[in-house]
Amino acid sequence: MLRIVKRAVIVSAFLWVMVAWGFTFLLLGLAQLLFPFQANGSVVQFHGHPVASAHVGQNFATSLRYFWGRPSATVSPTTGKPDPYDALNSGPSNLGPTNAALLQQIQAAVARYLATTPGLRVHEIPISLVESSGSGLDPDITLQSALIQIPRVAKYTGISPHVLRRLVYQAARGPELGLFGVERVNVVQLNVSLAKLLRHS
Amino acid sequence: MSISTVATWAVVIGGLLICAKPLGLYLYRVFTFQPTILDRPLKPVEDLIFRAIHVSRESSMSAVEYGVSFMLTNLVWAVMAYVLLRTQGLWPFNPEHFGNLSAGLSFNTAASFVTNTNWQAYSGENTMSYFSQFAVLQFLQFVTPASGAAAGVAFVRAMAGRPLGNFFVDLTVFTTRVLLPLSVIFGLFFVAQGVPDTLLGYLHLHTLTGATQTVPRGPMAGWEAIEHLGQNGGGFTGANSANPLENPTALTNIAQSLAMGLVPVAFFYMFGRFTGRTRLAWTLMGVAGTLFLAMLAMIYFPEAAGNPIVNHLGLLGHANMEGKDLRFGLGGTAIFETSTMAFSTGSVVAAQDSFLPIPGLAFFLGMFLNMVFGATGVGLLNMVMFVILTIFLMGLMVGRTPEFLGKKIEAREVSLTAIAFLLHPLLILVGGAIAVSTSAGLAGVFNPGPHGLSEILYAFSSAAANNGSAMAGLNAALPFYEIAIGLVAIIGRYASIMVMLLVGESLLKKKAVPQTSGTMRTDTPLFGGILLGSIMILNALTFFPVMALGPLAEHYLLLAHHLFS
Amino acid sequence: MAAQPSSDFVRMRLAEVLRDTILKLNPWSMMRNPVMLVVEIGTAITLWLTIVAPAGPDRAYDLLVTVILLFTVLFATFAESYAEARGRAQAAFLRKSRASARARVLKPDGSWEWRDGSELTQGTRIRIEAGDVVASDGVVLEGVGSMDESAITGESAPVIKGPGDSVTGGTVLLSDVLVVEITADPGSTFLDRMIALVEGAARQKTPNEIALTALLAVLTLIFVLVVVTLAPFARYYGPHAVSITTLVALLVCLIPTTIGGLLSAIGIAGMNRVAQINVVAKSGRAVEAAGDIDTLILDKTGTITIGNRMATEFLPVPGVSAEAVAEAALWASVADTTPEGRSVVELAQKVLGLTEVPAPTGEPVPFTAQTRMSGIDLADGRKIRKGAVSAILRVVEQPPPELEQMAEAVAREGGTPLAVAVDSQALGVIRLKDIVKPGLKERFQEFRAMGIRTVMATGDNRITAEVIAREAGVDEVVAEVDPEGKLALIQREQAEGRLVAMTGDGTNDAPALAQADVGLAMNSGTMAAKEAGNMLDLESNPTKLLDVIEVGKQLLITRGALTTFSIANDVAKYFAIIPAMFASVPLLHGLEALNIMHLKTPHGAILSALIFNALIIPALIPFAIRGVRYRPESADRMLLRNILNWGVVGVIVPFVGIWAIDHVLGLFGLA
Repeated sequence: MLRIVKRAVIVSAFLWVMVAWGFTFLLLGLAQLLFPFQANGSVVQFHGHPVASAHVGQNFATSLRYFWGRPSATVSPTTGKPDPYDALNSGPSNLGPTNAALLQQIQAAVARYLATTPGLRVHEIPISLVESSGSGLDPDITLQSALIQIPRVAKYTGISPHVLRRLVYQAARGPELGLFGVERVNVVQLNVSLAKLLRHS
Repeated sequence: MSISTVATWAVVIGGLLICAKPLGLYLYRVFTFQPTILDRPLKPVEDLIFRAIHVSRESSMSAVEYGVSFMLTNLVWAVMAYVLLRTQGLWPFNPEHFGNLSAGLSFNTAASFVTNTNWQAYSGENTMSYFSQFAVLQFLQFVTPASGAAAGVAFVRAMAGRPLGNFFVDLTVFTTRVLLPLSVIFGLFFVAQGVPDTLLGYLHLHTLTGATQTVPRGPMAGWEAIEHLGQNGGGFTGANSANPLENPTALTNIAQSLAMGLVPVAFFYMFGRFTGRTRLAWTLMGVAGTLFLAMLAMIYFPEAAGNPIVNHLGLLGHANMEGKDLRFGLGGTAIFETSTMAFSTGSVVAAQDSFLPIPGLAFFLGMFLNMVFGATGVGLLNMVMFVILTIFLMGLMVGRTPEFLGKKIEAREVSLTAIAFLLHPLLILVGGAIAVSTSAGLAGVFNPGPHGLSEILYAFSSAAANNGSAMAGLNAALPFYEIAIGLVAIIGRYASIMVMLLVGESLLKKKAVPQTSGTMRTDTPLFGGILLGSIMILNALTFFPVMALGPLAEHYLLLAHHLFS
Repeated sequence: MAAQPSSDFVRMRLAEVLRDTILKLNPWSMMRNPVMLVVEIGTAITLWLTIVAPAGPDRAYDLLVTVILLFTVLFATFAESYAEARGRAQAAFLRKSRASARARVLKPDGSWEWRDGSELTQGTRIRIEAGDVVASDGVVLEGVGSMDESAITGESAPVIKGPGDSVTGGTVLLSDVLVVEITADPGSTFLDRMIALVEGAARQKTPNEIALTALLAVLTLIFVLVVVTLAPFARYYGPHAVSITTLVALLVCLIPTTIGGLLSAIGIAGMNRVAQINVVAKSGRAVEAAGDIDTLILDKTGTITIGNRMATEFLPVPGVSAEAVAEAALWASVADTTPEGRSVVELAQKVLGLTEVPAPTGEPVPFTAQTRMSGIDLADGRKIRKGAVSAILRVVEQPPPELEQMAEAVAREGGTPLAVAVDSQALGVIRLKDIVKPGLKERFQEFRAMGIRTVMATGDNRITAEVIAREAGVDEVVAEVDPEGKLALIQREQAEGRLVAMTGDGTNDAPALAQADVGLAMNSGTMAAKEAGNMLDLESNPTKLLDVIEVGKQLLITRGALTTFSIANDVAKYFAIIPAMFASVPLLHGLEALNIMHLKTPHGAILSALIFNALIIPALIPFAIRGVRYRPESADRMLLRNILNWGVVGVIVPFVGIWAIDHVLGLFGLA
């Protein structure tokens, strides 16, 4: 018994050095050497300031001037209160399909879009735009989700829908390698280019 | 089904199929200590380890000795993990200055990571220091799958009529020769796709809207690689692979789905190579593969059809996107979820709680069976358990004492195997029953209605199957669940492995009977079909009632547009 | 035999069967059968619920469930009692043959006295006179006499017993006087063993039965777990979501009651089937092992071939017609009563077209070891002889050179040549051949399909052996083998992991019989051989080994088939019970979609499933007793056929059955 424990400790010590330290630092070294941008969080700069990580969505719904991402159900880890797009506590709503709260939440989101967007009709709103994401940090919306927001953004920014439409199409990305995943618009990047436009004008 | 879905599935399933043979042969060479390409850098290191503990590669252990070594080594890791987590504040690489973990959470986390369950009652990004992540939890994500693989290979050797081998040797070579090189390859790919890998602290941002956002970083890419290659499934962050930092693109999603299955599937082939019966291996792979495809269909199609209550609102489209990120596509989400339940990984790419009931049923199926390839080694053990039960039940019908791989299956093997089969429902049903009968258990339920019952059942199934995913609405941070889930994970892991090792040794000691035309052949489509049938019936008989009360009841209520509040 | 119980035995023993059916309800004796024990406990629970429940429809339901459960248990105990009663009927028949056995026990001074058969022990010497029933098993020391063994073997022709031969208790001496040394203690004669075996007294569970019982016990435990935990899970939907009676009903439907109720009947009936072919197995284990046999080691003479050579052809030397040879051979053999002689006469009749055998008109010359020929000196003076070629060559003048060549050719082809001569002229050769028993070749083929290898081991020379081996279609032949060689052969096969069966009768076969996994000794053989084997064929027919193997296989197949059927049945029961049991919970109304049989009411559905579950036990008793249909074929084909017959049908039948019962119940207003 004791002999086995002794062997276990010795083997574990060797393996700990190899995989906990050796592997981690080997990969850290390679990553920093080969892909420093991605390895440090794909930081998006706006006029010299870091404003976002390209992969992490943000809560733009506080402003009517920006394109909004999908609803986020994240809660602040410190206060325990809802805090959309809190990257320190990624997670979904966990609402089950028969939970009345799910329907209420969707209806509330729909209502907000209808109330803020001139001429928008229910059947034009993609389900994904009003259902919350799995991570609470989804940076993407579908192309249609971006397009239906143009009247609102135009109304509150004064930028012509035509320009906004071009902006959306520029931000749209097809499936990876043209084949995998879906066509989508990265809301963070769309809003960064929108912000650049706003700053110019 | 879109072209993207077809392409995604084709790459994952095709990749697993193509790699099964070459990787299986590589595993065979590794576990028979034949020269491989990595001899030059790794052999001296391994030799150093083996010299330090005075064993040779060729030495062997009895089943009890092997099992005890397995368990004691795991105990050493559990103690180490518990102590290091309890004292997290003392250690370096803690840029966010996270404090010590509570005793309950430390026990739950140590138990769940050591048993390769990787159930998480915490969110990593606001709880764990970088040191805890890479030097404690990531370490366990390397060595615990390796110990599962070791138990598996000992069993395979016994089936092939060879000595069981030495646990420490198997543990070491699987870590160095299989997990380590594959992790480097996958890790680099993940960084290239955008997974952070850094020791810099969290990113503090002032956003365009004038708010602040803190984006966690850390040594994530290597974690992601081993998390999936070892069917661990513990997420670096709370949302696990749904988090765009952990799984930023459709390509990383495919890579992670593939990484989970590579070694388990190849392990089946290795079994065939060891026993000299590759046709049998393909038959078993066929059975597991059929179940895999069935789960995939059960997950994808209902989700694509969507939630009837939501669809009633008349929005654009109909797929159920609640709890799902957009970038993987529904096909990518479905294949990842199928993989994680089939290979008993437990990482998730979407909210398990927000899936529709029939996909939920598929999740349960994966955890109940725990042999749709399953985790490396352990899945094969469970598959062979069902093979032995099937052979015994059906084999009598050919008028001979049933035999498997030339060994007669008699009272001892049948009893042990039946006990191994019994363990799983015992843990799930008794654990679940206690939870629904106590206020402590019911207190954790998040969703109302039948879905809440599913949450409880899911937690115990996940622990018993060492899967680790959760219908995360359930509040698992309650002391009741921290302890119950930890215990179930421990029993589910060690008892069944121990029992199957004894079965293996018992068969090893028997004289081999030559195969004749009077022997029931196990490498035919006929047997594959019978095996599939008896697996389905045995499990349906065991779990149908609770499934009727959980997902099935919810399914019919959903069709009736019934809402709970 | 003999021990075929008459068809109306059940009527004769009905009271006995029913008494046992009730007695077996004793929970203590039920411990052996965990599945039925659970049903019995369930019955007790529902009975208690019936008693304490307030009057009303629920109480009636509780009562009905209790009654059906009781019948489920009774059907199971009935099946076992019925099988045992059949065994006892056989045993009683056997016992009759030894009822009045008294023996004349010899005293040291040579006188004798009557003693009861039960006082005979090993080593006692007894005297048997004509008309005596042999009181116990023994070996003849002195005297020669003819014995009627019909009581044991059913064979009416008397058998000659001389010194060294064994005699069996229950047989009757027809003539002369024998002195016999008893070789069995009271209660352990072959007859006793057989009686004990068919009565089930000596029945121990066989290895496969133990394994199956263990598996069934664990399955039962799982279902207990499923049902017991279902109560708290159901309470998630409200405090009265499910009734205990219904839970008990579900449990009984799920646990493998069909196989649990019939398992011991199958075992008992299997032993009876062995007894019916007049084989005494010393243990059930031996019968089960017979099903596992990989290699059959068979003697040539008497096993593969009928015991004697037969004339198959007359070969004339040049210048002589075949008819001339036939006529000479006929005359040479008319007085020859040996089977070989008979066969020469028969062949000659055929060749000459005679319908009657002419009476011998002359002086027969019998065979002697010196002359090694026999024949007849006809009244017309012709001396006709047949015999070994070398012997005939000595008496003929100018033997034709072809004669020896013909003789060699016959020998080369595996036959035995006999030369025929009239006076001093050699006419030709009679070909005597071993004849393979009819139907054997086909049977060996079937065995090959089942994966059983047949090895012919014979003391004969290689040429003869190989010819017969080819004709019989055995897989391997070992010629010129002595008993030690046979033992080595068995050990060689066993070393390769094979299970070996063989037959034997001589004392020198004993080590091999003991070594073999199944050693079938011949009743006509020596006591040493009988003791060494683990089975004894009372009819002394070595080919019986094949039947024993089939019985062993059928026994396993029956167990497997009924187990598969039992488990497959459960699928339909779930579809009947699950929707019904939660019908009172509003939230679970959706589960009605699972009621694919459209059973009318919840209680009716549960009762229908329960009644089906009970009725299927008696319905399958005939299969348990007779064994399921068995056809020799490869394992894969057999598996496919049985999976369809028992697995697939086992899933379908209860759907139809439960649906039908529900409709019948509807007629009575119960559903």
